[in-house]
Amino acid sequence: MTSAALASYSLTAIYSAMGVYLFAFIAFTLDLAKRSAETPVAAISAPARVGLMSRVGGTAVLNRVPIAPSAPARRSNRFERAAFALTILGWALHVVGTVLRGIAAHRVPWANMFEFSLTASAIIVGVFIAVQAWQNLLFLGAYITGFSLIVLGFGTVGFYVNVVPLPPALQSYWLVIHVFVATLGTAFFAIGAGLSLVQLIQARREAKQFSGLKFLDTMPDAEKLETLAYRVIVVGFVFWTFTLMAGAIWAAHAWGRYWGWDTKEVWTFIIWTIFAGYIHARATRGWRGSRSAYLAIVGFAAVMFNFTIVNLFFKGLHAYSGL
Amino acid sequence: MSRPSDHIDSPVPAPRDGVIQPKLGPIGYVRYFWRQLTSMRTALFLLLLLAVAAVPGSVFPQRSSDPNGVTQYFSNNPSAAPTLDKLQLFDVYTSAWFSAIYLLLFISLIGCVIPRTIHHAKALASPPPKTPARLERLGAFSAFEIEADASGPALTAASAVDSGRAVLRKAGYRVRMFDGRGPDGPELSVSAERGYLRETGNLVFHFSLIGILLAVGIGGGVGYTGQKVLVVGQAFANVRLTFDAFTKGRFFSDSDLQPYRIRLDKFAVKYEESNRNALGQPIDYTADVTTFDAAGKATPAVVKVNDPLRLGGNDIYLLGNGYAPWVTVKNPAGKIVYSEPVPFLAQDANLTSLGIIKVPDGLASQVGMRAFFYPTAGPPDANGVLGSVYPDLRNPVLSLVVFTGDLGIDKGVPKSVYVLNTDKMTPLAGPGAADGTTALRLKPGESAQIPRGLGSITFENKAPDSEKADLSQSVQRFVSFDVHRDPTQGWVLFFAICVLAGLLTSLFIPRRRLWIKVVELTDGRMRIEYAGLARGEDPTLEAAVSAVAQRHSQQLGLKLNL
Ligand code: HEM
Repeated sequence: MTSAALASYSLTAIYSAMGVYLFAFIAFTLDLAKRSAETPVAAISAPARVGLMSRVGGTAVLNRVPIAPSAPARRSNRFERAAFALTILGWALHVVGTVLRGIAAHRVPWANMFEFSLTASAIIVGVFIAVQAWQNLLFLGAYITGFSLIVLGFGTVGFYVNVVPLPPALQSYWLVIHVFVATLGTAFFAIGAGLSLVQLIQARREAKQFSGLKFLDTMPDAEKLETLAYRVIVVGFVFWTFTLMAGAIWAAHAWGRYWGWDTKEVWTFIIWTIFAGYIHARATRGWRGSRSAYLAIVGFAAVMFNFTIVNLFFKGLHAYSGL
Repeated sequence: MSRPSDHIDSPVPAPRDGVIQPKLGPIGYVRYFWRQLTSMRTALFLLLLLAVAAVPGSVFPQRSSDPNGVTQYFSNNPSAAPTLDKLQLFDVYTSAWFSAIYLLLFISLIGCVIPRTIHHAKALASPPPKTPARLERLGAFSAFEIEADASGPALTAASAVDSGRAVLRKAGYRVRMFDGRGPDGPELSVSAERGYLRETGNLVFHFSLIGILLAVGIGGGVGYTGQKVLVVGQAFANVRLTFDAFTKGRFFSDSDLQPYRIRLDKFAVKYEESNRNALGQPIDYTADVTTFDAAGKATPAVVKVNDPLRLGGNDIYLLGNGYAPWVTVKNPAGKIVYSEPVPFLAQDANLTSLGIIKVPDGLASQVGMRAFFYPTAGPPDANGVLGSVYPDLRNPVLSLVVFTGDLGIDKGVPKSVYVLNTDKMTPLAGPGAADGTTALRLKPGESAQIPRGLGSITFENKAPDSEKADLSQSVQRFVSFDVHRDPTQGWVLFFAICVLAGLLTSLFIPRRRLWIKVVELTDGRMRIEYAGLARGEDPTLEAAVSAVAQRHSQQLGLKLNL
């Protein structure tokens, strides 16, 4: 098959993925609406667990001390399950489209802005799907699918470029490592920002500043959201630190210096510093809670700014948008 | 943990309202100031300030990375630029205010980590703390009671706690035994602690940041960077004066330059020829060079983009390239007064290139030429203007606008080789020429007369023996090499790896204390308690406590029902 044909199949798969994501987004929104009608989950406090031991093969009879009942798990509703299934389906198409693009180009599919939007959103959705195995974060589904739809929309409409070979400066295995890890970091920051956003709203609600948005009752409380956000973001931070270093090593090979305050380097540094600030904020009295959540959101906004405005309008050596 | 007093794990200071603060003496002030500087809040503030302060450097062109952009900014915004320059907005990363922020941050960092290191060293040497009297108050707690039991091997409190100690040691805890008396009877307990590596990692992380800063600073002081443009066939020696541009650190001395020589033998460019969306896009640059060491021994080598050449402690990079048409100028008597390859600067992707030729001596008056070179000239547009349609040499054309008069270079003031100041010159050929003479257009091998009988000019064909139609080798290319010496680069990398390793250990190694307590109850029963306390973020504390309980009960031959 020719490269052009593969590229057009890739695009078809991406458009299909967008269609499926749209339905997933609608279903996730309906899920949120449905949650408003649910009875709230009892607050879960960590019970002191008291159990019993029995002696194997012996006559051991054990004193039984009552175990605090654990809170009933919330039952997922139809929309939530359908939305998640659609997300997985859309993601499968998305991955197919992205991989086909890579095959068409004979290289990793992240060498210009169009390809980067495909890969980055695929990884964001992929990470979102994967974290469900660890924690049910499906309440972020509308945010994640909506976000990916926007990224793919801009990518296909605004940034589309035909398959072209790599300029010499990009012909390096660092392209594979550096950009991929940056994307992974971005995915974790995206989820972290979503959690922080819900945390902020939840915190206001807990402070009785407003009483609408009843679906928030079905979500974890602000403190739990903050802990979840923190765990996701520190993973993103480790990836970002690696990205920064890998970028410096690559720059030393390609441009003859490991750090030169090129615009893109500047912004990578700014983002790193904001998230270092976030981690500090969480360890600073008076800053844990909403204030650190704002920093997480600002950090992710900077990531987005770096990818869009800096790529398109700022001058620098990273002129690889392909536009 | 001797963390800053406003760290989330530090005890909350007692409220001081109502108490009249004692007057601070000078030492008190210094101490107060130091406390403020090394607080978490200050570190946080300075970090965020640093992020904000870095922004203008991406908005305004910087002298370090984009000197031409700065020049352009000055000519586009003549009124604002000088003010911005006073605020050091074109040198953000070396500016007084940016430096002040990061230096303060690093002072705060040092003030923060040194006491922590001392404290940590002490903590490493001291045994785990005494078992708390009431374990059930801790976050993760479980208790199990065992009835007195005649069958099976005797299970005593001592043996139970001993095996608990073994389980904990095996899990990497440091342990210490205690015995005492609680409200319910005699107690034997083991107190265990693990995860010192978390704090170690955190300290390594912060110290390595200092390491990076020092290594970068020292590297900037002793290193140098030179640029050299070489046309195919030319060579240069690693001597400061031979470089076209040279920047050096404060502590650099000329004797740091290793004696070697490099000759550019061949430079090959591969263009995309099949993909219609990218025809003419360069896909490979390869420079074949020969290097000569001090003794004159020749070694062939290759320099590519992304693949620098290491030589004599230097890294030699292939950064730019372009065409260098060879132009010969003769006086009316036929004597050569100028003959050399002129590096042209590419103006677009198809390498329409601009070059300046200055002939100060040997002709009746000084001559300057502003020349455009088109590697593959397309048909002229409606105004007769040429353009290049492909970057390789398929239809090379050199077009020269000729001026005569004062080149302005006699006063010895260095002038850029890429700028022709025509203020004191008259055009002889090209736009503005009085007699309407058009720009001279030459193909390789062709010559033309310079108007007013000043002489002649030849665009040399450097491959005259090729077939007539093949001009693909007729014009030479030049390469611009960057030569760098950065002796601390390896140290920067070393510290960067330490930063990453420190970060991973400090974020993902849990630090916690665990206790196993065996209480002998009065009626012959025994109660075993397990409890854990997290120090810092520890999502797996509960799981860890129950894992220890599981393993311990297995050791004891008990079945645990949670
Ligand atoms: C160059 C400036 C700094 C940067 C980039 C930075 C970055 C970081 C990062 C990424 C972490 C999380 C990873 C880890 O725990 O190792 C951290 C933790 C920490 N930093 Fe810094 N830091 C800086 C300066 C400081 C200063 C000045 C202080 C003291 C005032 C400080 C105190 C701490 C503490 C106490 C933690 C542990 C936080 C916790 O308990 O979770 N840092 N820092």
